[in-house]
Amino acid sequence: MQEHELIPHLFRTEYSKIIAVLCNSFDLRHLEVAEDIASETFLKAAEIWGIKGVPENPTAWLYTVAKNKVRDYFKHNSVIERQFREAMKSGDTGIELDFEFSHQNIADSQLAMIFSVCNPENSTDSQICLALQILCGFSVEEIAGAFLTNPETIKKRLHRARTNLRNGNFRIKALGDIEIKDRSDNVLRTLYLLFNEGYFSKTNDQSIRKDLCSEAIRLASILTENVLTDTPQVNALLALMYFQSSRFDARTNDKGEMVLLEDQDKSLWDQALVERGNHYLVNAYEGKEVSRYHLEAAIAYWHTTPTGENKWQHILQLYNQLIIIEYSPVTALNRAFAFAKVYGFEKGIEETEKLNLCDNSHYYSLLGYLYAGVDIARAIGFYEKAIALTKSRVEIETLGREVKRLKL
Amino acid sequence: MKDFLLIYRADYTTYPDPKKSPEEMQALVQKWMNWVAGIAAQEKLVDRGNRLVRSGKVLKSSGSASDGPYTEIKESIMGYSIIKATSLDEASKLAEGCPILLYDGSVEVREINAI
Repeated sequence: MQEHELIPHLFRTEYSKIIAVLCNSFDLRHLEVAEDIASETFLKAAEIWGIKGVPENPTAWLYTVAKNKVRDYFKHNSVIERQFREAMKSGDTGIELDFEFSHQNIADSQLAMIFSVCNPENSTDSQICLALQILCGFSVEEIAGAFLTNPETIKKRLHRARTNLRNGNFRIKALGDIEIKDRSDNVLRTLYLLFNEGYFSKTNDQSIRKDLCSEAIRLASILTENVLTDTPQVNALLALMYFQSSRFDARTNDKGEMVLLEDQDKSLWDQALVERGNHYLVNAYEGKEVSRYHLEAAIAYWHTTPTGENKWQHILQLYNQLIIIEYSPVTALNRAFAFAKVYGFEKGIEETEKLNLCDNSHYYSLLGYLYAGVDIARAIGFYEKAIALTKSRVEIETLGREVKRLKL
Repeated sequence: MKDFLLIYRADYTTYPDPKKSPEEMQALVQKWMNWVAGIAAQEKLVDRGNRLVRSGKVLKSSGSASDGPYTEIKESIMGYSIIKATSLDEASKLAEGCPILLYDGSVEVREINAI
């Protein structure tokens, strides 16, 4: 790796680790202190490495500097020190100065941070923002870019979320099976949404989208490294993320337009990621439990297989199970599409029209697609309704192209 | 929106027996799934409900208990679901296409009067 790439790279991987270990060692109320120390550590690295060159083991160097800065901080900050002493006296050893950046401690601390950040007291949007800032080291500007909103909104959202975070201290060491189970659903949901935020993002910036997806995968992987959190559900979620990621490059063409799954160039699918998906899917089915992530991962798996006689029947049955577990308009529309694939477009139209999702652009684009072979005038009408309803530039262009083709 | 109970009734002697024909049974399961999921896709399914075990007992005011229910009446309750709809008419419309009707069975649609 080139030297000028090294610090940004280490920042991505190490910044959040340092914060996690510091927070886990001396209490979440000191989140700002932990962030200051981590930032100063990188500032010092930039200065010193520029003059003396990069040390042999840059990561260890960063950890040592961070540790020294913690000691300095407690030495020079009498208020904190007094609090610390009182805490020690009362036997409440919430603050632990003697900590190590060991592999185990980093893993435990990151896990604790994931569970702290995914606090159901915060809105899901806030949880995702907080995850991006604290767990992934994103700047406020980068988060605003991903959400297509202004930095001020993000700052406000983060401020509220961080106040809640301070009030709800959460340590993995003190936790047993039950506490983790209680919050696991919420953790998985947040990681799932973080991934979707990247995969179906409003922004057209491909690099931000990929970053969000790979961060969601990284965080979900941390969960699989601890026996308490390595559940079939996490494995199913990871399988889903890998299957989806494998199609990242195939789903948009060189003009940035969306390409339907069936029309994608399958040679562009990343086979290594499909293999990872298969691996986690097998793990996910070791238990008896079938969660929504299992069903979604299984659907994504079937999409990676060549069209055989029963492929769409399998996909439809999985969508049937999924919609019964949890309704969403997206699932309802995908199910209707699968229904049309199995029973023909005529029956598919019947099934779709029952949904009556009159404010949903995808509802009309699906009807347009299904009517295209039956009644061109109606198909164009539906596509135009979809165009009027959507705000996505890519969707408008893709559908506009379809209308033009039908009018020929 | 009100909740409605759907009660599925059929004659066990004409309904597919899972032990006798696994293939027919699988096709039937698929039909049920398509139909129930079709209601869920309209956001109108409250509880997919359950099937009932074939054997049961019927207690009478006379104090007698008979094996039943199918010894006395031809149609037995096979299962139930709960859906939501704005009216009895809409609920009945949703019940159309229920696979039990393919086997000469019936669906009873009743509004739930919550206690």
